[in-house]
Amino acid sequence: MTRGHGYTQAHEEPDREARVRVTINGEERDVPDGLDVESLLRHLDLDPRLVVVEKNGEILERDAVAGERVSAGDRFELVHFVGGG
Amino acid sequence: MQGNGAAVAERADARLVIGGREFGSRLIVGTGKYADNATMVRACEASGADTVTVAVRRVDLDRTREEGVLYHLDPEKYFLLPNTAGCYTADEAIRYARLARAAGMTEFLKLEVIGDQHTLLPDVQATLEAARELVADGFKVLAYTNEDVVMALRLEDAGCSAVMPLASPIGSGLGLVNPYYVREIKRRLSVPVIVDAGVGTASDACETMEQGVDGILMNTAIAEARDPVSMARAMRLGVEAGRLAFLAGRMPRREWAVPSSPVEGMLD
Repeated sequence: MTRGHGYTQAHEEPDREARVRVTINGEERDVPDGLDVESLLRHLDLDPRLVVVEKNGEILERDAVAGERVSAGDRFELVHFVGGG
Repeated sequence: MQGNGAAVAERADARLVIGGREFGSRLIVGTGKYADNATMVRACEASGADTVTVAVRRVDLDRTREEGVLYHLDPEKYFLLPNTAGCYTADEAIRYARLARAAGMTEFLKLEVIGDQHTLLPDVQATLEAARELVADGFKVLAYTNEDVVMALRLEDAGCSAVMPLASPIGSGLGLVNPYYVREIKRRLSVPVIVDAGVGTASDACETMEQGVDGILMNTAIAEARDPVSMARAMRLGVEAGRLAFLAGRMPRREWAVPSSPVEGMLD
């Protein structure tokens, strides 16, 4: 399978048993506990370089995505550029 | 005295500069509404534009790989101008603008605040409010607005880098409905005037550029043509022809005919 920009998915998900419920783009999802936002994006099969994250109403700058903890109840908006006029 | 082409050629070659950035073309094209991404990329190439507009939307968590525009357009080759399309309030537009800045790492923004779902005409009051806040926040704002001279002047006063009056409503293809007001906006403003929305075909692009404006932004006229790649090329030529015609200076309009051939030397 061809992936854009040669990006490969990371396999560093911690303890698969423990999960937390977060809201992503208006949808509730259970994701592994202990992730940071960068690994959350990889967990969702997204390229962190092409996605902008708003966490609980605050935009995360690109260099802040790694190391930003994902906690139960967090609300994420994940956006990117699409075709438009 | 008549020119010999050199002075006009020099002015025609002059680059469009907005907010300190030099643009490679006076035609800016949108990337929406194409039947497929391959056609969109080929149409962008055929248009000669080096700047294309993009929108900010949620990623589709179930199908993400091929829908993002960055998978198809090389950001080394095109300057991506994000828009706030679909926003109906100043606050919403400001939120999208900040997300766009984070996504594109550019302070340039096509600000668009819509006031009416039926006509998609701009909410100029909300646009002005958002423009003031975004300019204060360091954005270089290209503001979509009506062909209203007073509002165009206010947007310029608010610090917008360019003002973008419409030719006619978004996606209507009705062409330039008010050349007088667009011309007056161009005469009165110091910042570049880019006509955004409403152009339907190459003659509309040409006529719009003949008003003396600095450029045109369009999407639907190319994307919805039967052959978008050919229409993109036609638009490129239309913009260039209109620019040249404006610089060349058209002949006066007369009520009656004036012969082109000598009236003397006719046979008895």
